[in-house]
Amino acid sequence: MSGFPYLSVLTVAPAVGAAVVALLPRSRPLLARRVALGWSLGVFVLLLATWAAFDPGGDRFQLRESYPWIPHWGVNFTFAVDGIALVMVALIALLVPLVILASWHDAEKTGVKRSVPAFFALILALQATMIGVFVAADVFLFYVFFEVMLVPMYFLIGSYGGARRQYAAVKFFIYALVGGLFMLAAVVGLWVLGGNTLDWETLQGAEFTTTAGRWMFLGFFLAFAIKAPFFPFHTWLPDAGGAAPAGVAVLLVGVLDKVATFGILRYLLPLFPEASQWFAPAALTLAVIGIIYAALLAVGQNDLKRLVAYTSIAHFGFIGVGIFVFTTQAGTGAVLYMFNHGLATGLLFLVVGMLVARRGSALISDFGGAGKMVPLLAGVLLFAGLASLSLPGLAPFISEFLVLVGAFTVNPAVAVIATLGIVLAAAYVLWMIQRTTQGPLNPRLTDVGAMKRDMSLREKVVVAPMVALIIFFGFYPAPLIEVINPAVEATLADVGATDPAPTVATTESQP
Amino acid sequence: MTDFTLPEIDYAAIGPLVVLFGAACLGVLVEALVPRRLRHPLQLGLALVAVVVAFILVVRLAGLGLVTAGGSVTIDGPALFMQGTLMVFGFVALLVIGDRAVDRQGAFVAQPAIAVGSEADRRQLEAPGSTEVFPLTLFSLGGMALFVSASDLLTMFIALEVLSLPLYLMCALARRRRLLSQEAAVKYFLLGAYASSFFLFGVALIYGFAGTVDFAGIHDAIAASMMDRLLVVAGLALVVMGLLFKAAAAPFHVWTPDVYQGAPTPVVAFMAAATKVAAFGALLRVLYVAFERITWDWQPVLGVIAVLTMMLGAILAVTQTDIKRLLAYSWIANAGYVLVAFVAPGQVGTAATMFYLVAYGFAVLGAFAIVTLVRDADGGETPHLSRWAGLGRQSPVVAGVFTLVMLALAGIPLTAGFTAKFAVFSAALSAGHVWLVIAGVLSSLIIAFPYLRVVVMMWLSEPGESTATLEVPGSLTAAALAVAAIATVALGVVPGPLLDLVSEAAIFVR
Repeated sequence: MSGFPYLSVLTVAPAVGAAVVALLPRSRPLLARRVALGWSLGVFVLLLATWAAFDPGGDRFQLRESYPWIPHWGVNFTFAVDGIALVMVALIALLVPLVILASWHDAEKTGVKRSVPAFFALILALQATMIGVFVAADVFLFYVFFEVMLVPMYFLIGSYGGARRQYAAVKFFIYALVGGLFMLAAVVGLWVLGGNTLDWETLQGAEFTTTAGRWMFLGFFLAFAIKAPFFPFHTWLPDAGGAAPAGVAVLLVGVLDKVATFGILRYLLPLFPEASQWFAPAALTLAVIGIIYAALLAVGQNDLKRLVAYTSIAHFGFIGVGIFVFTTQAGTGAVLYMFNHGLATGLLFLVVGMLVARRGSALISDFGGAGKMVPLLAGVLLFAGLASLSLPGLAPFISEFLVLVGAFTVNPAVAVIATLGIVLAAAYVLWMIQRTTQGPLNPRLTDVGAMKRDMSLREKVVVAPMVALIIFFGFYPAPLIEVINPAVEATLADVGATDPAPTVATTESQP
Repeated sequence: MTDFTLPEIDYAAIGPLVVLFGAACLGVLVEALVPRRLRHPLQLGLALVAVVVAFILVVRLAGLGLVTAGGSVTIDGPALFMQGTLMVFGFVALLVIGDRAVDRQGAFVAQPAIAVGSEADRRQLEAPGSTEVFPLTLFSLGGMALFVSASDLLTMFIALEVLSLPLYLMCALARRRRLLSQEAAVKYFLLGAYASSFFLFGVALIYGFAGTVDFAGIHDAIAASMMDRLLVVAGLALVVMGLLFKAAAAPFHVWTPDVYQGAPTPVVAFMAAATKVAAFGALLRVLYVAFERITWDWQPVLGVIAVLTMMLGAILAVTQTDIKRLLAYSWIANAGYVLVAFVAPGQVGTAATMFYLVAYGFAVLGAFAIVTLVRDADGGETPHLSRWAGLGRQSPVVAGVFTLVMLALAGIPLTAGFTAKFAVFSAALSAGHVWLVIAGVLSSLIIAFPYLRVVVMMWLSEPGESTATLEVPGSLTAAALAVAAIATVALGVVPGPLLDLVSEAAIFVR
């Protein structure tokens, strides 16, 4: 128990920042950018302090705060983090300043003149809701953030996105709302059957009948499967990811979608252990289909941003496998994957965004030999691509490896099929890189003035920390694993799953 | 010759009603005696003061529970809560009705039936706008306040007529698009007359069964009766039919879109917020006070009607291209959500219903207040959605309020709409009606789409040549909008106090 209310401040601070930025005059875009960047850096510093206050060997939930909200319904503002939530909050605090810097000129680039302060205010508002959804320890509060999160994202895609932004924004919102409303039914059920409270720790001890548990599981699972997204609920993501500005797409794929896998770990498995076991084969099937199907679609894509969105769906399949095989290694791998995927795919999206901004088109066929004109950018694209296909030595490799090893010990068939996904990942990443940056120079590229400029200082500053972290965690993931592992073990204990002997899930024996 | 004793009347308890009806009569005198150019400020001021005084009286009566006026009026928790809610909604609606900033002569004419273009019509249009609408509103509001506190079926019927007749008239008073307005009024009047006669027929049947029209008497008669209940069930069905007509529940909803589309928008704002409170307030009282003992007979039927209403309203809302019709279907769907709470046991269901009515009323008042601001080149309202494209650019604040209202109607958290939905769904689920919650969720999904489409039109679409003008709201409308927006957010973020209030107030006196 710490004296300083880290988590509530961490949630509220970006919201205040959003209000401040929103009130800045439209005529002073530079000021808005600077304030937004400064604010997000401040939040990052706050995160470092929070991380320092968290004791990896301590209780499962730490930094707990609780304030009464709606006493009539037994609903409180309860904040607490376990290792999984902390890692995700760290990812958010890290990505948002980089995204703001990367989106420096995005707001003006859309055809119509849009307000710059509003863009950055929306990003900060999104950050507040994203942090809130991970630090909430009350199901009601979680649900509130889960839904409210849609609103800033909807306007970010709809107002500042690419050609099909309206269609994509509405599709995104409707899909998410569909899931959210099913979850609402489950939340109401939880409230009624769990004794008129929605406090996580109280509910965790509650017993439900098999039927009720399974129905509520289904309500939550639908919401999370749409959000993640798992096959066959994935069709909104390529549209949203393709239409969103690159920086926003990073947050969409890198963080927003992780809410779903986080929700499965925090809410589905511990609250409905019996139903989780019962539904696990179905969930695994969906995850495996997702890995293969999305990878195949990615291979066939001609649109860079949609391609990255499809790779992301495939990666979510891996995370799903890691969660639902119920072993410590796979679980830890899945959580680690949630973090690493945010870095790797985030980087990939940013670099692709830089390329697309230069070329004015996201079609792969409009590129070709771009490496000859922007060698540094092409290099970073290669790096991000390799990270995305889990090259050993880079961070995602460890998580993917852990997932596969963990899965193999209990379900070799799933592990084997999932491994095929790695092969396909190599295919779509390398083929994409070959068609965009390698090969003969596309003569039309030379006519595009912007393609003559390689990475600017701002762009270098954006990618450098991500590249560094991907390499660092590729060799030394221990700081993350020691935070994640206890939380995963506690979660699996809730489900009642035990690792098959001999267990190798100690920090020393990993990588 | 038998002695005739006057019934005891607790004038303090019926004070709010006295104030409203008194002010309405005074308003009629003002209309007759005061010169036309002074009438608008005087009538508006009179109406607002009357509503405020009535509200204060209601608040001072809080906690009371008695039957007075010879057993025809009950002043108890639900009655006072509904009356207070009606006063608040009436006040906000009067602000919109009284605003003349956009239309210099107001939205109404005194004699809409005069042939357009005739000499008389020209004189009428040049004169300062008509003010008959204010006393009519007060009469209607008084009728509603009596409607929710009536304690026998005949008083309830009289209140129903007192609240309805002014509404029929008000629907016909539009200055612009008069034909539509008159069509709306005639439709509303004819269908309303049918509904009233169903109600009356039901009363007769119930009298035949119980030998009284008094709620407590009916309750006792049902308890004591060993005979076949066919008569009372049939009577109840007819009475409920009349009430559901006012509440616009399917299949008695067909008048709603036409009336909403044709009637002057400020009047629609009043109807949408206040009539719904009155209708459901009366329905609650009839069902829980008089017919509590045959709950098993009416609850399943109401459940089915709730599902039908939610689904019908939601599905038809999707196809609408006119914002007023869209809001009308949304109103129908919301009637369904309110009915969901009726299957819960007495106090829980009543509390959830009352909370929902308050939350919904503010949202819908805000929505219609903004509809009055969207005008085309010749100054008329333009409810067609295609002309709303890109309105967000013209006035981000007003468009922002509209967006907030739409999100509230869609049930997004941190708005009143979400807490209200949570209240009714949890009430229904507590009573074990999972199917109602699932139907409610499905209907919410469907109806989210039209709400979202409006938001898309306003913010994301490019303004075209046909885009209407979003007028700057006058101070009265602006005040109404501010109240609606603040209430919508406050009930979403801190619903605690109101939730406590409704559960305290949700105890009927028989």
